[in-house]
Amino acid sequence: MNKVENNKAWFLVLPMLVLVSFSAVIPLMTVVNYSIQDILGNSAFFVGTEWFEKTLNDPDLQGALLRQFAFSFTILAIEVPLGIAIALLMPKKGWQASAVLILVILPLLVPWNVVGSMWQIFTRGDIGLMGYGINALGYDYSITSNATDAWVTIILMDVWHWTPLIALLCYSGLRAIPEAYYQAARIDRASNWAVFRYIQLPKLTNVLVIGVLLRFMHSFMIYAEPFVLTGGGPGSSTTFLSQSLTSMAIGQQDLGPSAAFSIIYFLIILAVSYVFYIAIMNMQKDKVNTQGGA
Amino acid sequence: MAEITLSSLAHTYETNPSSPEDYAIRKMDHVWHQGGAYALLGPSGCGKSTMLNIISGLLQPSEGDVIFDSRIVNDLSPEERNIAQVFQFPVVYDTMTVFENLAFPLRNIKTPAHKIAPRVHEVAEILELTSVLKRKAKNLNADEKQKVSMGRGLVRDDVSAILFDEPLTVIDPQLKWKLRRKLKQIHEQFNITMIYVTHDQLEASTFAEKIAVMYEGKMVQFGSPRELFERPAHTFVGFFIGSPGMNFLEVAITDSGAQYGDIAIPINPHQHAIAKASDSGNIKLGIRPEFVHVWDDKNDEAFEVNVKDVEDLGTYRIMSFYFGDSLLRARLHEDQRVPQKKAYVSFPEQWLTLYIDEYRVEVGNE
Repeated sequence: MNKVENNKAWFLVLPMLVLVSFSAVIPLMTVVNYSIQDILGNSAFFVGTEWFEKTLNDPDLQGALLRQFAFSFTILAIEVPLGIAIALLMPKKGWQASAVLILVILPLLVPWNVVGSMWQIFTRGDIGLMGYGINALGYDYSITSNATDAWVTIILMDVWHWTPLIALLCYSGLRAIPEAYYQAARIDRASNWAVFRYIQLPKLTNVLVIGVLLRFMHSFMIYAEPFVLTGGGPGSSTTFLSQSLTSMAIGQQDLGPSAAFSIIYFLIILAVSYVFYIAIMNMQKDKVNTQGGA
Repeated sequence: MAEITLSSLAHTYETNPSSPEDYAIRKMDHVWHQGGAYALLGPSGCGKSTMLNIISGLLQPSEGDVIFDSRIVNDLSPEERNIAQVFQFPVVYDTMTVFENLAFPLRNIKTPAHKIAPRVHEVAEILELTSVLKRKAKNLNADEKQKVSMGRGLVRDDVSAILFDEPLTVIDPQLKWKLRRKLKQIHEQFNITMIYVTHDQLEASTFAEKIAVMYEGKMVQFGSPRELFERPAHTFVGFFIGSPGMNFLEVAITDSGAQYGDIAIPINPHQHAIAKASDSGNIKLGIRPEFVHVWDDKNDEAFEVNVKDVEDLGTYRIMSFYFGDSLLRARLHEDQRVPQKKAYVSFPEQWLTLYIDEYRVEVGNE
């Protein structure tokens, strides 16, 4: 049989390839380029893994990385359960549902640096409601001198800003559960906890995967809000990765090490997201392999 | 285990019902006896699911009472009524295994573990789920999921009744037949009241001892499959049961009998007397296609009619013919001669039923 080979269809993929090259591949390759060479003006030396070694052994960056993980996991541990709880409590229909939905979504509409500014003013001891209020209660609250205060405030700010996203995702997930599930649960005499544990939570898995991944990636790259609120201080107690990276690249013009660190940064996010995803997906698999089972 | 009585029951989804049409269930009285296998049959939107949800307690009736034995249960929840219900589409607990799914209703009523396992295995055996007991319910196909749903309904043996809301809709036809047999078998084995909602007459008659036919919120007939077939109490039952449905002729009553257009049809004198006494303008004669007598030759009793067509349905044929302006159907046996163009038909008196205002007129000598 003579089959006519026709591979012209491949040309149709070209525009997409060109687009992706400009949006992702070329910038990324530039970073790779910088990370393995020492470039100054027109001269470039190949340095191999030197920049990678240097950044990995940099105590400042190590500190920032640890703080970054602590921050991301703390806000996930608060925002995910809180978001689910809010979604469960939100009214299901009528004008109340629309009203509450708008109220809940509001923080998501505020630009990031504005969030930082808002909280900066909010927490000031002289004119900020929260700062003044806490001081008035007798606690000497200051985000510029006390590292714990700064941390708690940043976490509070992130929870305020981003819990609505989880709540919104869960709310839509909950609405998608057919009424028959609740009816069946009543017939089976399931307790409220069992309804949550065996119906609502499993049905939320998919939206929670999206929520957790988005929130992890987002929080791991957090920049504008702490930068405006605390400027990374006091000391370097709230300096997160992206801020360290920025000061290294823009402030000190250390392009090589910054490029190397950018790649490490990117790989960490990729790896952790992958692990999250695999872990959640694995929960749905059969534990026992049955004979001939799919 | 309970006898379920519906007393002056009515239900509406409207807040201010003004006419009978606003009611999903119009005022009715009915008794479901303990241990019966019943089917609730009717077209979509006739109120059968509403009635089921009222019995199970998922819905509160707007009027009247639901009585279990002698106790009014209107305000009791499904769990307090101890009802099991299986829904149209499979409901499984995704994260649980099949075993955990089946054990769930038992665990919720604090059944001791040593009693749970044998019971679950028994039900799994009946429904042929034993091989998948350890799999997560999420990963099953639709048939298996629905079997798990049904299994959860069957696993408690102390329930007042098991209600099925078109449970076999999503199941593939071959398995459907098998599961229906299983249900019947389970019914015989455990003597639990079962009420089975369906819009499929075949499903209803293979499962149930008695069928309640619902139409526009009313229960128009409650009887055995044979009664529904031979003596439909309402024109809707005649139309809905049987394939094809009953033939109807809108007639006028004369001094000598019934008159359709300019054709006189002889009827039973008893029916004639009742029809004559009635002042209703809605009088119909009904006869099943199976009971229309098709003669081979012309004779005095038979009407000569024009044949429209004859459909061959394998073991029998359906002949459509014009009687006056109406298109009627008659069933021909396999070995019966197939009439060409002209046919000679008659309507045997004992199978000719009289309907006044859509309801059947009972005849004394039957």
